[in-house]
Amino acid sequence: MLRLSKINKYYAVGSHRLHVLRDVDLEVEAGEMVAIMGASGSGKSTLLNILGILDRYDAGEYWLGDTLIRDLGEGQAARYRNQFIGFVFQSFNLLPFKTAVENVALPLYYQGVPRRQRNRTALQYLDKVGLADWADHRPAEMSGGQKQRVAIARALITKPRIVLADEPTGALDSKTSEEVMELFGEINRTGMTVILVTHEADVAAKARRTIRLRDGKVEPELVARAS
Amino acid sequence: MFSLDRWQEVLSTLARAPLRSILTSLAVAWGIFMLVVLLGFGHGLRKGAESQFADDAANSVWVFGGQTSQPYQGMPVGRRVTFTNTDYDNLRRVEGIEHLTGRFFPGSGGRPFGGERPVRVGAKTQTFDVRAVHPDHLYLEKTLIAAGRFVNDADLIEKRKVCIVGIPVAEFFWHTTDVIGRSLEIGGVAFEIVGVFNDAGGDDGELRMIYVPVTTAQLAWNGADRLNALLFTVGDKDIDETRELLDRVKATLADRQRFNPEDPQAIRVRNNLEQYESFQQIFWIIEVFVSLMGVATLIAGIIGVANIMLITVKERTREIGIRKALGAPPLSIVGTIMQESIFITAAAGYLGLVAGVGLLSLVASVVPENEFFGEPQIDLRIAIYANVILVVSGALAGFFPAYSAAKISPVEAMREGT
Repeated sequence: MLRLSKINKYYAVGSHRLHVLRDVDLEVEAGEMVAIMGASGSGKSTLLNILGILDRYDAGEYWLGDTLIRDLGEGQAARYRNQFIGFVFQSFNLLPFKTAVENVALPLYYQGVPRRQRNRTALQYLDKVGLADWADHRPAEMSGGQKQRVAIARALITKPRIVLADEPTGALDSKTSEEVMELFGEINRTGMTVILVTHEADVAAKARRTIRLRDGKVEPELVARAS
Repeated sequence: MFSLDRWQEVLSTLARAPLRSILTSLAVAWGIFMLVVLLGFGHGLRKGAESQFADDAANSVWVFGGQTSQPYQGMPVGRRVTFTNTDYDNLRRVEGIEHLTGRFFPGSGGRPFGGERPVRVGAKTQTFDVRAVHPDHLYLEKTLIAAGRFVNDADLIEKRKVCIVGIPVAEFFWHTTDVIGRSLEIGGVAFEIVGVFNDAGGDDGELRMIYVPVTTAQLAWNGADRLNALLFTVGDKDIDETRELLDRVKATLADRQRFNPEDPQAIRVRNNLEQYESFQQIFWIIEVFVSLMGVATLIAGIIGVANIMLITVKERTREIGIRKALGAPPLSIVGTIMQESIFITAAAGYLGLVAGVGLLSLVASVVPENEFFGEPQIDLRIAIYANVILVVSGALAGFFPAYSAAKISPVEAMREGT
């Protein structure tokens, strides 16, 4: 489903270059749920941004399905993000002035789906995350857990190839975290590929596989958690 | 790129900050309103001033007799210069004169503008200005013949007792303008009416007037062969060419009347072209000034829009980042913000335009047209240009902030405000 080979990424800091990712190799099978862990500064956010086509890399190859993701223009990158990837963020990133159903429907707006149709689809996805009754509420009226479930519905609505979650429980209390992780588990069981970035071991524990990053390198998978 | 969805996005964005949207609109509306009003009043001022020239040919020169102030060829100082038919005949041979006429004022005793005579029809008597002229006078005052004809050469030769009356004269005596063939008495002499006239200037003083052939008047009122004034037009000559022609005219007159052509007092000259051109210059300055003020107000409005769009985009950086992460192409981001900017400028500009034109129409209906101020109105083209400028500026004002926001990586945009 997803293959990184010898990905290198540099950041220019002043006059010298910071080598953020060093020869990262990674393969994720379709239907897997993978956690990426690492201390801050280990390069895990950069890796996630590259996986999410939000950032470029300097060397290597990134295959998403049968599509090579490299040197894309802004427009093309936007199109691939919209079609292939569902995002779930730590801070939810819902648009505050839109209702839950409008937020969920937003990715379909950029696919040119007519309003009525995309709102109907959005309502179905809200129902899947158990929030059909909250369709017309704005994010400010919702709890953190509810907001994150809206965000998950939004990530799923385009039927992406992978769902990328960046610290999805980082802003939630432990009980809500568990519920959200439960939801990710359910989604994964329907066959969706999920990649989580987290620094919480118990969150990572829900994943079938954990990849650890240190100083921009993938550590050998000493503890394979494969079932 | 018209789409209902896009419009809904734009309108909901504007509705999110209603006060700001209204204030921005006000700045734009005010800019266009001021431009319209300034240009409209400038136009009115110009029309008013120009109407003062309308009844006289702008390219005309008037020459009156004066008094010599320098001795010349043995002739003393203080001698009165009086034109005669011979001067008229001499000037006819001067090259460059387009239309030439003399003026004789019956009973004026040499006063240049006088010429009031009692006019009687039946039991009614009233004093009117009487001007005795040559046929070309028609072009000098831009006299418009409403019925019949003006003085012609045959009238002069035969010294016919015919006259041409202004519309108010006809209406005073007969309550109609259908008066050709009727007769009236001027200073006891009967004249037959052969024409009725109107005047391009619309000035009532110019209309309460009776024209008679110059030779008839000279005969009837002891004029001998005197002329009180000589008037001519210069065609399409510019100021310098007119001055040269004037020198030739002075030389011709001086040669016969035996005064020094350099004598500034021997004859008096009123050069309408010179006055007209200096007025034109003043108009031009007024126009430039008014345009500058209008443009300055417009720029203020444009800066207002640019400012607000910058703030809007800055505030929405995070939103834009989220949208980009979800797959919004850069063009869509730029387009939405530009559409918002254009919409606000176009709508507000239109309101300002309507308000400005409304005010001008109100002023036009309340203030009667007078010689200082014509009907204020705005060139529709200018108004449309102004709106186009506003829309383009609004687009530019929206484009650059939007473009830079669209350039920001969504990762960094989303980091803002978390």
